[in-house]
Amino acid sequence: MASPEVNPAKTVPSKLVLEHVSKCFQTRSLKVQALDDVTLHIAEGEFVCLVGPSGCGKSTLLNIIAGLERPDRGLVQADGKDIVGPGPRRLMMFQEAALFPWLTVLGNVLFGLKLNTGLSAAERREKAEYFIELVGLKKFKHSNVHELSGGMKQRVALARALAPTPTVLLMDEPFGALDALTREQLYGDIQRIWSQHRKTIVFVTHNVREAVCLGDRVILFSPNPGRIREEFAIPLPRSRDINSVDLARYSTEITRVLKGYVQTEVAG
Amino acid sequence: MIVRWLAASLFFMLIVVAWHLAVEAHMWSPLLLPSPFSVFEYLRSAAADGTLVEATGVTVQRLLIGYGLGILVGLPLGLLTASSRWCQDTIGVLALGLQTLPSVCWVPLALLWFGQTEASLLFVVVMGTLWSLIIATDHGVRTIPPIYTRAARSMGSTGLHMWTHVVLPASLPFLLSGMKQGWAFAWRSLMAAEIFVTILTGFGLGHLLHYGRELNAMDQVIGIMLVIVVIGLAVDKTLFAPIERFLHRRWGTERQ
Repeated sequence: MASPEVNPAKTVPSKLVLEHVSKCFQTRSLKVQALDDVTLHIAEGEFVCLVGPSGCGKSTLLNIIAGLERPDRGLVQADGKDIVGPGPRRLMMFQEAALFPWLTVLGNVLFGLKLNTGLSAAERREKAEYFIELVGLKKFKHSNVHELSGGMKQRVALARALAPTPTVLLMDEPFGALDALTREQLYGDIQRIWSQHRKTIVFVTHNVREAVCLGDRVILFSPNPGRIREEFAIPLPRSRDINSVDLARYSTEITRVLKGYVQTEVAG
Repeated sequence: MIVRWLAASLFFMLIVVAWHLAVEAHMWSPLLLPSPFSVFEYLRSAAADGTLVEATGVTVQRLLIGYGLGILVGLPLGLLTASSRWCQDTIGVLALGLQTLPSVCWVPLALLWFGQTEASLLFVVVMGTLWSLIIATDHGVRTIPPIYTRAARSMGSTGLHMWTHVVLPASLPFLLSGMKQGWAFAWRSLMAAEIFVTILTGFGLGHLLHYGRELNAMDQVIGIMLVIVVIGLAVDKTLFAPIERFLHRRWGTERQ
Protein backbone atom coordinates (compact mmCIF):
# COMPACT_ATOMS: atom_id res chain seq x y z
CA MET A 1 0.00 0.00 0.00
CA ALA A 2 2.77 2.42 0.80
CA SER A 3 4.10 2.63 -2.70
CA PRO A 4 6.25 5.67 -3.46
CA GLU A 5 5.70 5.24 -7.21
CA VAL A 6 2.02 6.27 -6.92
CA ASN A 7 2.81 9.94 -7.33
CA PRO A 8 0.20 12.18 -8.89
CA ALA A 9 2.79 14.90 -9.32
CA LYS A 10 4.38 12.83 -12.08
CA THR A 11 1.27 12.82 -14.26
CA VAL A 12 -0.33 16.22 -13.56
CA PRO A 13 1.67 19.44 -14.16
CA SER A 14 3.03 20.58 -10.82
CA LYS A 15 1.58 23.50 -8.92
CA LEU A 16 4.56 23.70 -6.60
CA VAL A 17 8.06 22.61 -7.54
CA LEU A 18 10.91 22.30 -5.08
CA GLU A 19 14.17 20.95 -6.42
CA HIS A 20 17.37 20.30 -4.46
CA VAL A 21 16.36 22.80 -1.80
CA SER A 22 18.82 23.29 1.06
CA LYS A 23 18.63 25.65 4.00
CA CYS A 24 21.00 26.10 6.87
CA PHE A 25 20.50 28.01 10.13
CA GLN A 26 23.41 29.38 12.08
CA THR A 27 22.60 29.89 15.73
CA ARG A 28 25.04 31.17 18.32
CA SER A 29 26.27 27.74 19.30
CA LEU A 30 25.56 25.44 16.40
CA LYS A 31 24.79 25.09 12.74
CA VAL A 32 21.55 23.34 11.82
CA GLN A 33 21.01 21.86 8.40
CA ALA A 34 17.24 22.40 8.38
CA LEU A 35 16.81 21.14 4.82
CA ASP A 36 19.23 19.12 2.80
CA ASP A 37 18.64 18.56 -0.91
CA VAL A 38 14.87 18.30 -0.73
CA THR A 39 12.98 17.68 -3.95
CA LEU A 40 9.20 17.72 -3.93
CA HIS A 41 6.54 18.23 -6.59
CA ILE A 42 2.99 19.05 -5.59
CA ALA A 43 0.12 18.90 -8.05
CA GLU A 44 -2.69 21.40 -8.40
CA GLY A 45 -5.45 20.63 -5.93
CA GLU A 46 -3.39 18.09 -4.06
CA PHE A 47 -3.49 17.78 -0.26
CA VAL A 48 0.01 16.96 0.92
CA CYS A 49 0.96 16.36 4.54
CA LEU A 50 4.51 16.76 5.76
CA VAL A 51 5.22 14.64 8.82
CA GLY A 52 8.29 14.24 10.95
CA PRO A 53 9.79 14.84 14.37
CA SER A 54 10.48 18.41 15.43
CA GLY A 55 13.53 19.96 13.89
CA CYS A 56 13.22 18.05 10.62
CA GLY A 57 12.76 21.22 8.59
CA LYS A 58 9.12 20.77 7.63
CA SER A 59 8.13 24.19 8.91
CA THR A 60 11.13 25.72 7.19
CA LEU A 61 9.98 24.14 3.94
CA LEU A 62 6.55 25.69 4.45
CA ASN A 63 8.09 29.11 5.11
CA ILE A 64 10.12 28.79 1.94
CA ILE A 65 7.02 27.96 -0.10
CA ALA A 66 5.24 30.91 1.54
CA GLY A 67 8.13 33.13 0.51
CA LEU A 68 8.84 34.13 4.11
CA GLU A 69 12.29 32.56 3.89
CA ARG A 70 14.74 32.04 1.07
CA PRO A 71 16.54 28.74 0.52
CA ASP A 72 20.35 28.69 0.48
CA ARG A 73 20.29 26.55 -2.64
CA GLY A 74 17.74 25.02 -4.93
CA LEU A 75 14.76 25.88 -7.07
CA VAL A 76 11.39 26.90 -5.63
CA GLN A 77 8.54 27.59 -8.04
CA ALA A 78 4.80 28.10 -7.97
CA ASP A 79 2.95 27.85 -11.28
CA GLY A 80 6.29 27.71 -13.05
CA LYS A 81 7.51 31.01 -11.59
CA ASP A 82 10.22 31.46 -8.99
CA ILE A 83 8.96 32.29 -5.51
CA VAL A 84 10.74 35.45 -4.41
CA GLY A 85 8.46 36.66 -1.62
CA PRO A 86 5.10 36.27 0.08
CA GLY A 87 2.02 36.72 -2.03
CA PRO A 88 -1.73 36.46 -1.79
CA ARG A 89 -1.78 33.32 -3.94
CA ARG A 90 -0.02 31.34 -1.20
CA LEU A 91 -1.39 32.00 2.27
CA MET A 92 -0.29 30.58 5.54
CA MET A 93 -1.99 29.39 8.72
CA PHE A 94 0.01 29.04 11.90
CA GLN A 95 -0.23 26.91 15.02
CA GLU A 96 -1.33 29.95 16.98
CA ALA A 97 -4.23 31.57 15.21
CA ALA A 98 -2.15 34.78 14.96
CA LEU A 99 -5.32 36.84 14.77
CA PHE A 100 -4.99 40.56 15.40
CA PRO A 101 -6.58 41.44 18.74
CA TRP A 102 -7.21 45.05 17.69
CA LEU A 103 -9.61 43.90 14.97
CA THR A 104 -12.92 42.09 15.20
CA VAL A 105 -13.51 38.77 13.47
CA LEU A 106 -14.72 40.61 10.39
CA GLY A 107 -11.77 43.00 10.51
CA ASN A 108 -9.34 40.11 10.66
CA VAL A 109 -10.87 38.40 7.65
CA LEU A 110 -10.88 41.70 5.78
CA PHE A 111 -7.19 42.28 6.51
CA GLY A 112 -5.86 40.09 3.71
CA LEU A 113 -8.63 41.19 1.36
CA LYS A 114 -7.70 44.85 1.74
CA LEU A 115 -4.20 44.06 0.58
CA ASN A 116 -5.71 42.71 -2.62
CA THR A 117 -6.24 45.68 -4.84
CA GLY A 118 -9.06 45.64 -7.31
CA LEU A 119 -11.93 44.87 -4.98
CA SER A 120 -14.47 47.47 -3.94
CA ALA A 121 -15.33 47.86 -0.26
CA ALA A 122 -18.69 46.19 -0.82
CA GLU A 123 -17.13 43.24 -2.66
CA ARG A 124 -14.57 42.77 0.10
CA ARG A 125 -17.23 42.84 2.74
CA GLU A 126 -19.39 40.34 0.87
CA LYS A 127 -16.44 38.01 0.41
CA ALA A 128 -15.37 38.25 4.04
CA GLU A 129 -18.90 37.48 5.21
CA TYR A 130 -19.12 34.51 2.83
CA PHE A 131 -15.98 32.93 4.29
CA ILE A 132 -16.96 33.69 7.88
CA GLU A 133 -20.19 31.86 7.18
CA LEU A 134 -18.30 29.03 5.50
CA VAL A 135 -16.38 28.33 8.69
CA GLY A 136 -19.59 28.56 10.70
CA LEU A 137 -19.00 31.80 12.59
CA LYS A 138 -21.68 34.04 11.11
CA LYS A 139 -22.99 34.94 14.55
CA PHE A 140 -19.54 35.98 15.73
CA LYS A 141 -18.48 38.31 12.95
CA HIS A 142 -18.51 41.35 15.24
CA SER A 143 -16.91 39.56 18.18
CA ASN A 144 -13.53 40.45 19.58
CA VAL A 145 -10.81 37.86 19.15
CA HIS A 146 -10.43 37.15 22.86
CA GLU A 147 -14.08 36.18 23.09
CA LEU A 148 -13.53 33.13 20.87
CA SER A 149 -12.44 29.64 21.85
CA GLY A 150 -9.23 28.14 20.44
CA GLY A 151 -11.12 26.21 17.78
CA MET A 152 -13.11 29.28 16.74
CA LYS A 153 -9.93 31.30 16.47
CA GLN A 154 -8.46 28.76 14.08
CA ARG A 155 -11.69 28.89 12.06
CA VAL A 156 -11.30 32.65 11.78
CA ALA A 157 -7.66 32.16 10.77
CA LEU A 158 -8.88 29.72 8.12
CA ALA A 159 -11.45 32.21 6.84
CA ARG A 160 -8.79 34.93 6.80
CA ALA A 161 -6.48 32.69 4.77
CA LEU A 162 -9.24 31.62 2.37
CA ALA A 163 -10.78 35.02 1.75
CA PRO A 164 -8.16 36.44 -0.66
CA THR A 165 -8.77 33.27 -2.74
CA PRO A 166 -5.26 31.84 -2.63
CA THR A 167 -4.54 28.83 -4.80
CA VAL A 168 -2.19 27.37 -2.23
CA LEU A 169 -2.92 27.05 1.48
CA LEU A 170 0.05 26.43 3.77
CA MET A 171 -0.82 25.11 7.19
CA ASP A 172 1.78 24.86 9.93
CA GLU A 173 0.38 22.52 12.60
CA PRO A 174 -2.80 24.59 12.65
CA PHE A 175 -4.65 22.22 14.98
CA GLY A 176 -1.73 21.37 17.24
CA ALA A 177 -2.93 23.43 20.18
CA LEU A 178 -6.58 22.32 20.07
CA ASP A 179 -8.40 19.63 22.05
CA ALA A 180 -9.23 16.33 20.34
CA LEU A 181 -12.95 16.96 19.83
CA THR A 182 -12.48 20.39 18.29
CA ARG A 183 -9.77 18.97 16.07
CA GLU A 184 -12.04 16.22 14.77
CA GLN A 185 -14.67 18.81 13.84
CA LEU A 186 -12.06 20.80 11.99
CA TYR A 187 -10.85 17.71 10.07
CA GLY A 188 -14.37 17.45 8.71
CA ASP A 189 -14.55 21.17 7.89
CA ILE A 190 -11.19 21.36 6.20
CA GLN A 191 -12.00 18.36 4.00
CA ARG A 192 -15.35 19.84 3.06
CA ILE A 193 -13.83 23.22 2.22
CA TRP A 194 -10.96 21.62 0.33
CA SER A 195 -13.29 19.56 -1.83
CA GLN A 196 -15.57 22.57 -2.50
CA HIS A 197 -12.83 25.06 -3.26
CA ARG A 198 -10.12 22.75 -4.56
CA LYS A 199 -7.09 24.43 -3.05
CA THR A 200 -3.62 23.00 -3.11
CA ILE A 201 -2.85 22.37 0.55
CA VAL A 202 0.51 21.72 2.18
CA PHE A 203 -0.08 20.69 5.76
CA VAL A 204 2.64 20.29 8.36
CA THR A 205 1.99 18.11 11.39
CA HIS A 206 3.70 15.63 13.68
CA ASN A 207 0.49 13.71 14.14
CA VAL A 208 0.59 10.76 11.71
CA ARG A 209 -3.09 9.95 12.08
CA GLU A 210 -4.01 13.53 11.28
CA ALA A 211 -1.78 13.39 8.19
CA VAL A 212 -3.39 10.16 6.96
CA CYS A 213 -6.88 11.55 7.60
CA LEU A 214 -6.26 14.66 5.52
CA GLY A 215 -3.57 13.96 2.94
CA ASP A 216 -3.57 12.54 -0.56
CA ARG A 217 0.07 12.01 0.14
CA VAL A 218 2.05 11.83 3.37
CA ILE A 219 5.69 12.84 3.14
CA LEU A 220 7.95 11.62 5.91
CA PHE A 221 10.86 13.82 6.99
CA SER A 222 13.86 12.95 9.14
CA PRO A 223 15.91 15.51 11.06
CA ASN A 224 19.61 16.47 11.13
CA PRO A 225 19.83 17.12 8.27
CA GLY A 226 16.19 17.62 7.26
CA ARG A 227 15.47 15.21 4.41
CA ILE A 228 12.53 13.47 2.80
CA ARG A 229 12.74 9.84 3.88
CA GLU A 230 9.71 8.28 2.36
CA GLU A 231 6.34 9.10 0.94
CA PHE A 232 3.02 7.34 1.11
CA ALA A 233 -0.01 7.72 -1.10
CA ILE A 234 -3.30 7.53 0.82
CA PRO A 235 -5.96 6.40 -1.66
CA LEU A 236 -8.76 6.26 0.92
CA PRO A 237 -12.13 7.68 -0.12
CA ARG A 238 -13.27 11.05 1.23
CA SER A 239 -14.56 12.35 3.49
CA ARG A 240 -12.41 10.45 5.93
CA ASP A 241 -13.11 9.84 9.58
CA ILE A 242 -10.04 9.97 11.78
CA ASN A 243 -11.40 7.07 13.84
CA SER A 244 -11.89 4.66 10.94
CA VAL A 245 -10.11 1.30 10.91
CA ASP A 246 -8.81 1.69 7.32
CA LEU A 247 -7.17 4.91 8.27
CA ALA A 248 -5.60 3.28 11.31
CA ARG A 249 -3.90 0.66 9.13
CA TYR A 250 -2.11 3.38 7.16
CA SER A 251 -1.14 5.38 10.20
CA THR A 252 0.18 2.29 12.01
CA GLU A 253 2.39 1.47 9.05
CA ILE A 254 3.69 5.03 8.72
CA THR A 255 4.28 5.33 12.47
CA ARG A 256 6.28 2.09 12.35
CA VAL A 257 8.53 3.48 9.63
CA LEU A 258 8.84 6.81 11.43
CA LYS A 259 9.82 5.11 14.70
CA GLY A 260 12.32 2.98 12.84
CA TYR A 261 14.43 5.86 11.65
CA VAL A 262 13.94 8.02 14.72
CA GLN A 263 15.41 5.14 16.76
CA THR A 264 18.28 4.72 14.30
CA GLU A 265 19.06 8.40 14.73
CA VAL A 266 19.11 8.09 18.50
CA ALA A 267 21.24 4.92 18.42
CA GLY A 268 23.61 6.32 15.84
CA MET B 1 -20.99 51.73 41.29
CA ILE B 2 -22.85 53.98 43.77
CA VAL B 3 -21.17 52.15 46.65
CA ARG B 4 -17.77 52.83 45.11
CA TRP B 5 -18.64 56.51 44.71
CA LEU B 6 -19.83 56.70 48.30
CA ALA B 7 -16.73 54.98 49.61
CA ALA B 8 -14.47 57.33 47.65
CA SER B 9 -16.36 60.46 48.77
CA LEU B 10 -16.28 59.29 52.37
CA PHE B 11 -12.53 58.74 52.13
CA PHE B 12 -11.86 62.27 50.88
CA MET B 13 -14.31 63.79 53.38
CA LEU B 14 -12.43 62.03 56.16
CA ILE B 15 -9.17 63.59 54.98
CA VAL B 16 -10.72 67.07 55.06
CA VAL B 17 -12.21 66.40 58.52
CA ALA B 18 -8.84 65.20 59.82
CA TRP B 19 -7.23 68.30 58.34
CA HIS B 20 -9.80 70.51 59.99
CA LEU B 21 -9.33 68.78 63.36
CA ALA B 22 -5.56 69.21 63.08
CA VAL B 23 -6.06 72.95 62.53
CA GLU B 24 -8.52 73.16 65.46
CA ALA B 25 -5.96 71.52 67.74
CA HIS B 26 -3.79 74.65 67.29
CA MET B 27 -0.64 72.58 67.27
CA TRP B 28 0.76 74.40 64.25
CA SER B 29 0.67 78.06 63.34
CA PRO B 30 -2.22 78.85 60.95
CA LEU B 31 0.46 80.41 58.76
CA LEU B 32 1.87 76.94 58.16
CA LEU B 33 -1.37 74.99 58.25
CA PRO B 34 -4.37 77.05 57.12
CA SER B 35 -7.82 75.61 57.65
CA PRO B 36 -9.57 73.89 54.75
CA PHE B 37 -12.11 76.72 54.77
CA SER B 38 -9.50 79.42 54.15
CA VAL B 39 -8.07 77.36 51.28
CA PHE B 40 -11.53 76.96 49.73
CA GLU B 41 -12.15 80.66 50.33
CA TYR B 42 -8.93 81.49 48.46
CA LEU B 43 -9.94 79.20 45.58
CA ARG B 44 -13.39 80.79 45.48
CA SER B 45 -12.09 84.33 45.34
CA ALA B 46 -9.33 83.44 42.85
CA ALA B 47 -11.92 81.77 40.67
CA ALA B 48 -14.22 84.79 41.02
CA ASP B 49 -11.63 87.41 40.04
CA GLY B 50 -10.43 85.30 37.13
CA THR B 51 -6.82 84.71 38.17
CA LEU B 52 -7.36 80.99 38.65
CA VAL B 53 -9.12 80.48 35.32
CA GLU B 54 -6.51 82.50 33.48
CA ALA B 55 -3.58 80.74 35.13
CA THR B 56 -5.11 77.34 34.47
CA GLY B 57 -5.68 78.28 30.84
CA VAL B 58 -2.09 79.46 30.41
CA THR B 59 -0.66 76.35 32.07
CA VAL B 60 -2.86 73.86 30.23
CA GLN B 61 -2.07 75.53 26.91
CA ARG B 62 1.68 75.25 27.54
CA LEU B 63 1.21 71.69 28.64
CA LEU B 64 -0.72 70.69 25.54
CA ILE B 65 1.74 72.37 23.17
CA GLY B 66 4.78 70.89 24.92
CA TYR B 67 3.23 67.46 25.26
CA GLY B 68 2.03 67.53 21.65
CA LEU B 69 5.52 68.44 20.44
CA GLY B 70 6.96 65.67 22.60
CA ILE B 71 4.62 63.10 21.03
CA LEU B 72 5.14 64.44 17.53
CA VAL B 73 8.89 63.99 17.84
CA GLY B 74 9.07 61.13 20.34
CA LEU B 75 6.72 58.67 18.66
CA PRO B 76 8.53 58.58 15.28
CA LEU B 77 11.92 58.48 17.01
CA GLY B 78 10.76 55.57 19.15
CA LEU B 79 9.62 53.72 16.03
CA LEU B 80 13.02 54.41 14.48
CA THR B 81 15.01 53.11 17.44
CA ALA B 82 12.86 49.98 17.51
CA SER B 83 13.34 49.26 13.83
CA SER B 84 16.97 50.05 13.20
CA ARG B 85 20.00 48.89 15.09
CA TRP B 86 21.80 52.10 14.14
CA CYS B 87 19.12 54.30 15.64
CA GLN B 88 18.98 52.08 18.70
CA ASP B 89 22.71 52.48 19.30
CA THR B 90 22.57 56.24 18.83
CA ILE B 91 19.19 57.86 19.56
CA GLY B 92 18.20 54.97 21.81
CA VAL B 93 21.24 55.36 24.05
CA LEU B 94 20.84 59.13 24.08
CA ALA B 95 17.20 58.80 25.15
CA LEU B 96 18.05 56.25 27.82
CA GLY B 97 20.68 58.58 29.26
CA LEU B 98 18.68 61.80 29.11
CA GLN B 99 15.52 60.32 30.59
CA THR B 100 17.41 59.76 33.82
CA LEU B 101 18.01 63.51 34.01
CA PRO B 102 15.33 65.17 36.20
CA SER B 103 13.51 67.71 34.05
CA VAL B 104 14.23 70.57 36.45
CA CYS B 105 17.90 70.19 35.46
CA TRP B 106 16.99 71.60 32.06
CA VAL B 107 15.84 74.89 33.60
CA PRO B 108 19.24 76.63 33.92
CA LEU B 109 20.14 75.69 30.36
CA ALA B 110 16.76 76.82 29.03
CA LEU B 111 17.08 80.16 30.85
CA LEU B 112 20.51 80.81 29.37
CA TRP B 113 19.50 79.78 25.88
CA PHE B 114 16.03 81.25 25.59
CA GLY B 115 15.86 83.76 28.45
CA GLN B 116 12.62 84.38 30.27
CA THR B 117 10.40 83.43 27.35
CA GLU B 118 7.63 81.07 26.43
CA ALA B 119 10.14 79.04 24.40
CA SER B 120 12.15 78.41 27.53
CA LEU B 121 9.16 76.81 29.26
CA LEU B 122 8.21 74.72 26.26
CA PHE B 123 11.79 73.55 25.90
CA VAL B 124 11.79 72.21 29.46
CA VAL B 125 8.46 70.44 28.93
CA VAL B 126 9.58 68.84 25.67
CA MET B 127 12.87 67.71 27.19
CA GLY B 128 11.03 66.27 30.16
CA THR B 129 8.59 64.34 27.98
CA LEU B 130 10.46 63.34 24.85
CA TRP B 131 12.97 60.80 26.15
CA SER B 132 10.59 58.69 28.15
CA LEU B 133 8.19 58.70 25.20
CA ILE B 134 10.91 57.44 22.87
CA ILE B 135 11.74 54.67 25.30
CA ALA B 136 8.10 53.69 25.87
CA THR B 137 7.41 53.57 22.11
CA ASP B 138 10.56 51.58 21.46
CA HIS B 139 9.61 49.13 24.18
CA GLY B 140 6.05 48.85 22.88
CA VAL B 141 7.13 48.00 19.36
CA ARG B 142 9.67 45.47 20.58
CA THR B 143 7.10 43.70 22.72
CA ILE B 144 4.81 42.84 19.78
CA PRO B 145 4.55 39.08 19.34
CA PRO B 146 6.53 38.32 16.14
CA ILE B 147 3.68 36.08 14.95
CA TYR B 148 1.61 39.19 14.11
CA THR B 149 4.18 40.58 11.73
CA ARG B 150 4.81 37.12 10.24
CA ALA B 151 1.12 36.58 9.63
CA ALA B 152 0.78 40.04 8.09
CA ARG B 153 3.87 39.51 5.95
CA SER B 154 2.54 36.20 4.66
CA MET B 155 -0.58 38.08 3.52
CA GLY B 156 1.57 40.53 1.61
CA SER B 157 1.80 43.43 4.05
CA THR B 158 5.06 45.36 3.84
CA GLY B 159 6.63 48.72 4.65
CA LEU B 160 4.27 51.52 5.52
CA HIS B 161 1.21 49.27 5.54
CA MET B 162 2.91 46.98 8.06
CA TRP B 163 3.70 49.94 10.30
CA THR B 164 0.31 51.59 10.20
CA HIS B 165 -1.88 48.47 10.17
CA VAL B 166 0.08 46.03 12.31
CA VAL B 167 2.98 47.45 14.30
CA LEU B 168 1.25 50.57 15.60
CA PRO B 169 -2.09 49.00 16.54
CA ALA B 170 -0.32 45.98 18.05
CA SER B 171 1.77 48.19 20.30
CA LEU B 172 -1.15 50.45 21.23
CA PRO B 173 -1.46 49.23 24.84
CA PHE B 174 2.22 49.98 25.40
CA LEU B 175 2.06 53.28 23.54
CA LEU B 176 -0.82 54.36 25.73
CA SER B 177 1.01 53.62 28.98
CA GLY B 178 4.01 55.43 27.50
CA MET B 179 1.83 58.43 26.68
CA LYS B 180 0.37 58.41 30.17
CA GLN B 181 3.84 58.40 31.60
CA GLY B 182 4.81 61.15 29.16
CA TRP B 183 1.85 63.21 30.32
CA ALA B 184 2.92 62.85 33.95
CA PHE B 185 6.45 63.89 33.02
CA ALA B 186 5.17 66.87 31.06
CA TRP B 187 3.19 68.05 34.11
CA ARG B 188 6.19 67.72 36.39
CA SER B 189 8.48 69.51 33.97
CA LEU B 190 6.08 72.38 33.40
CA MET B 191 5.55 72.96 37.12
CA ALA B 192 9.30 72.94 37.72
CA ALA B 193 9.75 75.39 34.84
CA GLU B 194 6.95 77.72 35.95
CA ILE B 195 8.21 77.84 39.51
CA PHE B 196 11.73 78.74 38.40
CA VAL B 197 11.15 80.78 35.27
CA THR B 198 9.28 84.02 35.77
CA ILE B 199 7.97 85.38 32.49
CA LEU B 200 5.60 88.14 31.59
CA THR B 201 3.80 86.49 28.68
CA GLY B 202 1.59 84.42 30.92
CA PHE B 203 1.01 83.70 34.55
CA GLY B 204 0.59 79.94 35.09
CA LEU B 205 -0.34 77.78 38.07
CA GLY B 206 3.34 77.27 38.88
CA HIS B 207 3.76 81.04 39.15
CA LEU B 208 0.79 81.30 41.50
CA LEU B 209 2.40 78.61 43.59
CA HIS B 210 5.70 80.45 43.58
CA TYR B 211 4.16 83.79 44.58
CA GLY B 212 2.10 82.05 47.22
CA ARG B 213 5.39 81.09 48.85
CA GLU B 214 6.86 84.58 48.40
CA LEU B 215 3.81 86.12 50.08
CA ASN B 216 3.69 83.48 52.80
CA ALA B 217 0.14 82.76 51.58
CA MET B 218 -0.17 79.13 52.57
CA ASP B 219 -3.87 79.01 51.59
CA GLN B 220 -2.82 79.95 48.06
CA VAL B 221 -0.01 77.35 48.00
CA ILE B 222 -2.26 74.52 49.13
CA GLY B 223 -5.15 75.73 46.96
CA ILE B 224 -3.02 75.73 43.80
CA MET B 225 -1.58 72.34 44.67
CA LEU B 226 -5.15 71.05 44.91
CA VAL B 227 -5.97 72.53 41.50
CA ILE B 228 -2.92 70.85 39.95
CA VAL B 229 -3.91 67.49 41.44
CA VAL B 230 -7.50 67.87 40.23
CA ILE B 231 -6.44 68.75 36.67
CA GLY B 232 -4.12 65.73 36.60
CA LEU B 233 -6.91 63.46 37.79
CA ALA B 234 -9.44 64.94 35.39
CA VAL B 235 -7.18 64.40 32.39
CA ASP B 236 -6.53 60.83 33.41
CA LYS B 237 -10.22 60.08 33.88
CA THR B 238 -11.51 61.84 30.78
CA LEU B 239 -8.68 61.41 28.26
CA PHE B 240 -6.81 58.21 29.08
CA ALA B 241 -9.37 56.11 30.95
CA PRO B 242 -11.83 55.79 28.02
CA ILE B 243 -9.04 54.72 25.65
CA GLU B 244 -7.79 52.26 28.23
CA ARG B 245 -11.25 50.81 28.68
CA PHE B 246 -11.61 50.40 24.92
CA LEU B 247 -8.23 48.64 24.68
CA HIS B 248 -9.05 46.33 27.57
CA ARG B 249 -12.35 45.39 25.95
CA ARG B 250 -10.74 44.66 22.59
CA TRP B 251 -7.70 42.84 23.91
CA GLY B 252 -9.66 40.99 26.58
CA THR B 253 -7.42 42.20 29.38
CA GLU B 254 -10.26 43.55 31.54
CA ARG B 255 -10.01 43.06 35.27
CA GLN B 256 -13.15 41.86 36.97
